[in-house]
Amino acid sequence: MSVLEIENLSVSLPKGADRKFAIEDITLSVGRGEIVCVVGESGSGKSVTAFSVMGLADRRALTPVAGEIRLEGENLLEASDAHLRSLRGEKMAMIFQEPMTALNPVLRVGDQIAEMLEIHETLSASERRARVIAAMQDVRLPDPEKMYGSYPHQLSGGQRQRIMIAMALVLEPVLLIADEPTTALDVTTQAQILKLIKDIQTRKGMGVLFITHDFGVVAEIADRVAVMQNGRIVEQGEAGAVLGAPSHPYTQMLIGAVPSMTPPERQPATGKIALETRGLGKTYGSPGLFGTGRTVHAAQAVNLTVRRGETLGIVGESGSGKSTVARCVMRLIDPTSGEILINDENIATMREGRLRAHRRDIQIVFQDPYRSLNPRRTVGQSIVEGPMNFGIGRDEARGRAEELMRVVGLAPDALERFPHQFSGGQRQRICIARALAMEPVILIADEAVSALDVSVQAQVLDLLDDVRKRFDLAMLFITHDLRVAAQICDRIMVMNQGEVVESGPTAAVYANPQQDYTKALLAAAPGHHARFA
Amino acid sequence: MLRYVLLRILSTIPVMVIVALFVFLMLRLAPGDPAAVIAGDYATAEDVARIREQLGLSDPIVVQFFRWVGSLMQGDLGISIFSGKPVSELIAQRIEPTLMLALTTITFAVLVAVPLGTLAAFKAGSWIDRFVMLFSVGGFSIPVFVLGYILIYIFSMTLKILPVQGYRSPFTDGLGPFLLHIALPSVTLSVIFIALISRMTRASVIEVLEEDYIRTARAKGQSEYNILIHHALRNAAVPVVTVIGIGIALLIGGVVVTESVFNIPGLGRLVLDAVLARDYPIIQGLILFFSFIYIVINLLIDLSYTLFDPRIRY
Repeated sequence: MSVLEIENLSVSLPKGADRKFAIEDITLSVGRGEIVCVVGESGSGKSVTAFSVMGLADRRALTPVAGEIRLEGENLLEASDAHLRSLRGEKMAMIFQEPMTALNPVLRVGDQIAEMLEIHETLSASERRARVIAAMQDVRLPDPEKMYGSYPHQLSGGQRQRIMIAMALVLEPVLLIADEPTTALDVTTQAQILKLIKDIQTRKGMGVLFITHDFGVVAEIADRVAVMQNGRIVEQGEAGAVLGAPSHPYTQMLIGAVPSMTPPERQPATGKIALETRGLGKTYGSPGLFGTGRTVHAAQAVNLTVRRGETLGIVGESGSGKSTVARCVMRLIDPTSGEILINDENIATMREGRLRAHRRDIQIVFQDPYRSLNPRRTVGQSIVEGPMNFGIGRDEARGRAEELMRVVGLAPDALERFPHQFSGGQRQRICIARALAMEPVILIADEAVSALDVSVQAQVLDLLDDVRKRFDLAMLFITHDLRVAAQICDRIMVMNQGEVVESGPTAAVYANPQQDYTKALLAAAPGHHARFA
Repeated sequence: MLRYVLLRILSTIPVMVIVALFVFLMLRLAPGDPAAVIAGDYATAEDVARIREQLGLSDPIVVQFFRWVGSLMQGDLGISIFSGKPVSELIAQRIEPTLMLALTTITFAVLVAVPLGTLAAFKAGSWIDRFVMLFSVGGFSIPVFVLGYILIYIFSMTLKILPVQGYRSPFTDGLGPFLLHIALPSVTLSVIFIALISRMTRASVIEVLEEDYIRTARAKGQSEYNILIHHALRNAAVPVVTVIGIGIALLIGGVVVTESVFNIPGLGRLVLDAVLARDYPIIQGLILFFSFIYIVINLLIDLSYTLFDPRIRY
């Protein structure tokens, strides 16, 4: 028997939304001991599906209007609030994307797990504690006795997600709903968490409804997969079949857009060296009066060169120092050691006054296009601001902005509109246009495609590659995503804990990694062994 | 933590020096002879000479300043010109009623405002919420003296259940008389703070209720009431505590009107009398004293954050 059966479920959106239903006529089931992935892009309705099952969707905004959701045969849409509460945690549990914000920052993690037991069972304090410790051991947290009293901010991202999983599984629910549980984690951590979920699921035989946007993750973990688009399931079947031979054009497009782990052959760049760093380092904290202070080497002895027309990728996990390098090169932060050479001048220690002339040569595109544009200014105002700061007349800057809109694939009348009127991908195009308006020599893309859906990601990557060629830019591409790096970078540099581990032509590094860390990183990439159609 | 507290205490020194400098210059930079200003329009030449002598006004101004600061360091705030008593003694005599009024007022305000604000946040958009917000706007709008006299009219003159004015000490007169006498002034004074704190609580709780960990708590099957009490309130506390602290600081300095309306012999009355009498040493002493209280309360607020949020460590 299936643990979860969703039958012809439709959930309406409030009036004025861009479509009538958040999800429409969905039929889906999760069997005991089965992992079903629901995959789709943002706005596809995959999260609404998960929240509707849990009864966590706001019923006033997202009203189920047709169909049934059955948990072990019982229709949840007819259950009372009190009964739903008793089922949540006990029979069905959920883990979320962002383990930092999903845990209460002011409560000890052990107590947060224990809360599950307080709500649903009557145990003595010592029994509760023993159960919590056992659950923490189950998710392989080191030293649970000690970690019981920790607060979420004292743990790493992976540990926090393990706490979430321990919490969800402490009552051994029959259904686990995982909403993008590894999206916010580093690749190596992601690989561990995926393995953990799979192991526990196999051991306990529960059903898992796994929401993701990442086909790599699907390839790693799914038994069956349902592909969603605009609130509908467009294709559903065995994971191997769907990934290997997708029948629906949308699935084909999505899978086709997943960047390959195999880098294409690239000609070595021969342009003039645009950017060079020598022994670049950034240390936080001070050694203290007696050498007792705490210091963190965010970046150490980084040597890199980027030629015009070339893309250098810096790949690494969070805390590897890749963004620190980007920020030092931008002089958004001051490096503590080393040189940064641009146009044969060292800007590492240059004073702000003289530095200003160099600022226009280096531009950056950030990760989150929602937060990097001022919401109160029109796109046009944001784009012309930079050039006008450097003495270009309003009309000329305006004319150039219109031209750039066409370059990045938007209509010139977009300049009159505000950022919130654009989609994420469009906003990132605007951010690229804003950077290009300064006519830079060097373009830094700091996780510039990480927040985008896979189909949009492919387009923005193409755009970045296109402008690099068109304007002969030296591009520094910061990313945690090895697939993306494989496709766009001429050379890559792998960083770990502030140090450069390995560097070389992309194809060579991927085909024949020299260092253990690089090997581990490549092996951790989800679905790295899977072949997509 | 200890290091932070020490640094903060050390950092109050320059602040206090600057305040002292202002207080010192306030009198010296007034146009004309400060002694004559203090003595007033009807003073005799002897009065002016006596005051000049008393304040040491014949010495160079730098000498005067350091002598004044020197005596401040010994706890000597100067001598009241009219009563001839030390200012520190006058403040000590008057501090109890003011402190008691401030404490009862803020306690009452917090006990009413935090539940009210939380309820409004929990039922955001409902009639309860609108009522609380309406009350809040009203609380901000009604002047203390108007409300004071209205309450006196109702409770003291019409219903005759509370005394019209005066103060009884809980230490010498007993708790009963103290509460009876402090009730009306406290309630009067607390209205604006209830308005302020309930608004802040509401905003803070509403924000917290949108957080992911509230959703997590719901996913655990936790009831809405427990979510509010166990998950939301402590996370919402920091901005609320800040406002409460500012409230206490404002209260101690801002009781002038209330003490006048209810005829309470506190610091507010002392300020008022001193200003009317141009008793500059008292005014100076009180400004210094209030500044010091502000600084201490601010430090306590900052330290209290660590009780609510484990991420804050000094």
